[in-house]
Amino acid sequence: MTTVLLVLVTIMATVVWWLFRQTINVKPWVERRPGSELQGDVAFSLPSVKVGLWVFLAVATSLFALLISAYYMRMAGADWTTLAVPQGLWLNTGALILSSVAMQWTRVSARRGQINGVRSGLIAAGVFTFCFLAGQLWVWQQLSASGYFAAANPANAFFYLLTALHGLHILGGLWVWVRTTAKVARGAEVGAVRLSVELCTTYWHYLLLVWLVLFTLLLTTPPRQNSCSPDNFAVCGPTR
Amino acid sequence: MSYVAHDETDFARPAEIEEMELYHPKTFIGKYIWSQDAKVIGVQYSITAIAVGLVALVLSGLMRLQLGFPHTFSFINPSNYLQFVTMHGMIMVVYLLTALFLGGFGNYLIPLMIGARDMVFPYVNMISYWIYLFAVLLLMASFFVPGGSTGAGWTMYPPQAILDGTPGAQWGIILMLVSLAFFIIGFTMGGLNYVVTVLQARTRGMTMMRLPLTIWGIFMATVLALLAFPALFVSCIMMTLDQALGTSFFLPALVSKGQLLDHNGGSPVLFQHLFWFFGHPEVYIVALPAFGIVSDLISVHARKNIFGYRMMVWAILIIGGLSFVVWAHHMYVSGMNPYFGFFFATTTLIIAVPTALKVYNWVLTLWRGDIHFTVPMLFAIGFIFTFVNGGLTGLFLGNVPIDIPLSKTMFVVAHFHMVMAVSPVLVVFGAIYHWYPKVTGRMLNDSMGKFHFWVTFIGSYAIYYPMHYLGFLGVPRRYYAVENIDFIPQSAHSLNVAITVAALIVGAVQVVFLYNLVWSYFKGKPSGDNPWQATTMEWQTAHTPPTHGNFGKELPVVYRWAYDYSVPGAQTDFIPQNQPPSKSTGGNEAKSQ
Ligand code: HEM
Ligand SMILES: [Cu+2]
Repeated sequence: MTTVLLVLVTIMATVVWWLFRQTINVKPWVERRPGSELQGDVAFSLPSVKVGLWVFLAVATSLFALLISAYYMRMAGADWTTLAVPQGLWLNTGALILSSVAMQWTRVSARRGQINGVRSGLIAAGVFTFCFLAGQLWVWQQLSASGYFAAANPANAFFYLLTALHGLHILGGLWVWVRTTAKVARGAEVGAVRLSVELCTTYWHYLLLVWLVLFTLLLTTPPRQNSCSPDNFAVCGPTR
Repeated sequence: MSYVAHDETDFARPAEIEEMELYHPKTFIGKYIWSQDAKVIGVQYSITAIAVGLVALVLSGLMRLQLGFPHTFSFINPSNYLQFVTMHGMIMVVYLLTALFLGGFGNYLIPLMIGARDMVFPYVNMISYWIYLFAVLLLMASFFVPGGSTGAGWTMYPPQAILDGTPGAQWGIILMLVSLAFFIIGFTMGGLNYVVTVLQARTRGMTMMRLPLTIWGIFMATVLALLAFPALFVSCIMMTLDQALGTSFFLPALVSKGQLLDHNGGSPVLFQHLFWFFGHPEVYIVALPAFGIVSDLISVHARKNIFGYRMMVWAILIIGGLSFVVWAHHMYVSGMNPYFGFFFATTTLIIAVPTALKVYNWVLTLWRGDIHFTVPMLFAIGFIFTFVNGGLTGLFLGNVPIDIPLSKTMFVVAHFHMVMAVSPVLVVFGAIYHWYPKVTGRMLNDSMGKFHFWVTFIGSYAIYYPMHYLGFLGVPRRYYAVENIDFIPQSAHSLNVAITVAALIVGAVQVVFLYNLVWSYFKGKPSGDNPWQATTMEWQTAHTPPTHGNFGKELPVVYRWAYDYSVPGAQTDFIPQNQPPSKSTGGNEAKSQ
């Protein structure tokens, strides 16, 4: 639970810090015309969808941090066997990195107003993302073919769970990607898609980051966790 | 200081906020069913939540009947009893209170109170409601599947939740888990809306520190919910996998009905951590909106500014932050490391400080106020009493040595009903009496309201006060019948009968309330735009009920906080937030907080 606490402390600290800036030293009972030096008179200068996206990323961060905490706690169990990380994941990671790069390229093109760059960038990003998802499915298949389906051992179960949730988030992103790409294909101006492109880029980078964290987690899990000792009976329970 | 009417040049230019594009419904269905108007969505949420709440109320009546008169009702067997307990608890906490405070009041009040036309993402908002409805239907469906609904308790602890022998271990629990997952997805959609709307769509002059406390409460509760619900989401998915695919996230190796199960090595305590990581903030998810609403009700109906507004806001922030580090006070008996217990007992007691601050501030607001004993005010005062009561027993239970003998007894049931059932429900009622005129344009009937209040308030005490005592005696919770146990005297049984009678009366009186809602809709006294003479923006709309877009052609401009009641020298005893300041008063700086 330490991971999740750290993450949440960071998120809450950001929230509270921002609110504090809004609230400290303000005397709300003093009537004032708006537009004077009042703090917090206006909203963020970002478009609301961007704020919405950042709030959503905070929620997703909480979700993944909780899963990682659970992973660590479960690792202390006596039956833990660490997953032999499938080599295919390296390829998939490469594809995801490329998709993120392509997205970044799209964003730069969108900033410069080059619709051609936006078009090819979006398509490249989409293709790499699909490669990533297909690659993940392929790794799943390999694992289950060699007899490691979810129930085989806890590390496998976590592997399926983590990759599935990460993949679902990517699917959600692809939905926005499809709509944006369709707009571009129908000949939209750069200005009409710039915001969507920026949102997608942020989201892609975020999911890449999450994936890198998860992948590192899988790679760095020690081969075999020791079994319960009196020190960590918080996890193992008093009986064992 | 004298108050002089403003002159025209004092108006600030109208809003420079970007106008949002409103969605324009054409048909009846577009307007009231597939509506993207936050007000309609709020009402849809409220009606759905109250409807499932009634199911939960009926279940509690059945439980009380069984406890008061064991051996009388052949249709309640031990499994049924557990199912009733479980469904009652889960529905009340999640599907009624959370949905009503955030989905119902949040949707209705946020745009109106901050001076916005609608939520910032109306389409997502609409989807949020429909997913919620779907989650409710899934949950209700679990009554009818083979094996019935789950009887695992609202905490759904594994391993028993998915082992044979627990009612609904096959279908019921899965439906419950899946329904919760959908609820969370739907809620996240709505929650993003509430947060971003408060951040982005405030009208000109509506600074964060001019927000009414209702909005602060709902805002912070939503932040908590957005961060805490993922914990429930994760545990729901993991338990579903344990049940359906045979994984071992939570299930240790065990023998059930003489058979060794396939599971191995899972950790039930892990589930408890995840569950309570959500579960404790959940208490504040229903409490913070209640705190906020009560602050406003008290201020309006005592015609006084809220005492210590800034302190109230900070208390909300601090409570919100702390509520994430107290979860394991629900797990003192789980066998976790005793040092954890020490840590969590300390944080639990610390959280009482900002909470107590709020109580003092409410009382100080009432102090020498011009108190109007309207129905909303009665409920607000009732809340303060009840909340203090439940809070005090909470201090007891927060200490490990006291909690250990009392946990799993009726004392706990009495405690949490006082603090998170009766208290927020009193606020819900108060809020409905307060805002019903805005929603419908008619007042709720006053006599029926007062009757409803007194019976509910006194009745709740009749139910839960004696229950503390049963807990001291050691009467366990979640027990179908307690018989032939030496340490429980016969008199405890008479007490149970009395509690049941009180519970049935309280339950029955809610019918009066429902009748009032319907009757007043057609026959109630027309309310006008601002029946309570309140300052906040929802009462300053041009129409009541507010039309689509809330504020006519131009968004209002806000010049002052929400609590200008009984300002010395002013003509009326309230000054609406959008009334421009007058030169000669130059602000009411001199007024103390
Ligand atoms: C007339 C009103 C109510 C009555 C008579 C009532 C009665 C009861 C009873 C008899 C139990 C079971 C005790 C046991 O055997 O363990 C119970 C449990 C519970 N109630 Fe209520 N209740 C009422 C309202 C509420 C409300 C408004 C909430 C909302 C928070 C609530 C939340 C719960 C919870 C969370 C449980 C625990 C369920 C479990 O043990 O899994 N109740 N209630
Ligand atoms: Cu708690």
